[in-house]
Amino acid sequence: MLRAALLLAKKDLLSELKTKQVLATMIIFAGLVILVFSFAFDPANNTTRAVIPGVIWVIIVFAGILGLNRSFISEQRNDTMHGLLIAPMEASSIFLGKFLANFSMIMIVELVSLPFLFLLFDFHILGYFPYFLLVLVIGSFGFISIGTFLAALSANSKSSEMLLPLLLFPVTSPILIGAVQATRIILTNIEKLSSAMAWIQLIAAYDVIFFVLCFILIDYVLEV
Amino acid sequence: MIEIKKLTKQADNKLILRGIDLSIKKGETVAILGPNGAGKSTLLKVLATLIKPSSGHVTINGYDLRKNQMKIKKMMGYLPHSSLLYDHYSPLENLVFFGNVYGIKNVEQKSIDLVREVGLSFFLHEPVKNFSRGMIQRIAIARAIIHEPPLLLLDEPHTGLDQGAINILNNVILSMKEKGTTTLMVTHDFKQATELCDRIIIIKNGKIVDDFRLEEKKLNLVSEKYQLQVEGVS
Ligand SMILES: Nc1ncnc2c1ncn2[C@@H]1O[C@H](COP(=O)(O)OP(=O)(O)OP(=O)(O)O)[C@@H](O)[C@H]1O
Ligand SMILES: [Mg+2]
Repeated sequence: MLRAALLLAKKDLLSELKTKQVLATMIIFAGLVILVFSFAFDPANNTTRAVIPGVIWVIIVFAGILGLNRSFISEQRNDTMHGLLIAPMEASSIFLGKFLANFSMIMIVELVSLPFLFLLFDFHILGYFPYFLLVLVIGSFGFISIGTFLAALSANSKSSEMLLPLLLFPVTSPILIGAVQATRIILTNIEKLSSAMAWIQLIAAYDVIFFVLCFILIDYVLEV
Repeated sequence: MIEIKKLTKQADNKLILRGIDLSIKKGETVAILGPNGAGKSTLLKVLATLIKPSSGHVTINGYDLRKNQMKIKKMMGYLPHSSLLYDHYSPLENLVFFGNVYGIKNVEQKSIDLVREVGLSFFLHEPVKNFSRGMIQRIAIARAIIHEPPLLLLDEPHTGLDQGAINILNNVILSMKEKGTTTLMVTHDFKQATELCDRIIIIKNGKIVDDFRLEEKKLNLVSEKYQLQVEGVS
């Protein structure tokens, strides 16, 4: 099962490497967000620190949606989705493969855009970097896994571009609230690390529950 | 090989298949004829596990279509109307990907051989999106047979092919038949049907209206029977 998932993820990432459509859009979007925020809030001003956690998650959420929208729609051309469905792979492998591809893409976007953000706003996060990384990874993990599932669900609808965010925000709001809070505490108020950890635990629990749920339910979603 | 009992399929309150009973033995090459909208493609989709039947019972090689999907998927090659190919991938990349999905050994070599067999080795590394319809169909055929399936489901495989490609396809079907492959072929081309198949099934309005063997390759017989059933010459 993992083998098929890795094949699919590799296929998606290679084709992204060829066309560079989605990843480029995502990174340009991230860059624009950072640029606009740097106009709106003076990087030299100290109050600016307060908006950074928000900016980070705005980038992840919206760049993520750009990628998620494409991930199943792209399989509609030439009905390649049928090709996957008639092949000897479980629906859960397809989910896992698409999840891995989407997760790698959002990680690449974060890797490219966040250092740029920190540089521009002159932020030093070295001391608590591991915690920050942890929040980023588990926050993105939950957001992308639920997003991949809902993208599969909405791909068959005519207005999937609109349907996906509509479904995604209510379901992922606990993750997003937790992630923004945890990021805020870690970046601006590191003394309260224990309450950040509480948020992180909440996100982790939510991640596990929803990942397993998506994994089981995908069987009923991927049908023609 | 294939046993279909009282198969029905309903979509949007409309019965597309209304009670299909069919039994196909291993090694048979069966042509499915019928007018547009008769339900031929739908029948193949059900067999290909793409859509679930509304009622009825289907077993393929003794495996239940509902319960043993994985086993059935492994031994089935399906060529639908659309190509199932990734546009910005080359034929080689497409075939290697699907070959890997089916867990084939020596995928790369096998894919190169197949592309050569369908006569497109010159375009091995060109993206499929620049191909003509017939070229795409050739690669689509290669994709469907890459894992040497013992069961072939072909939906109008001859559309868009030039004479050379038709010969290649017919040779592929005949040589796979010698290896014991069972083939179900939907077609509107009586000539190909008579040449390739030893049994003809005519479907009309979601029902099998005629089912006969072709002992000699007589084109007239097929078109006569077809006209009788479909055009209602009584
Ligand atoms: N998903 C669907 N929902 C509703 N009706 C459908 C659906 N798919 C097919 N049909 C209907 O079922 C009928 C049979 O369709 P099918 O594609 O099986 O025909 P066909 O015999 O393959 O025709 P052709 O020779 O044109 O390929 C058609 O009337 C079509 O409108
Ligand atoms: Mg058809």
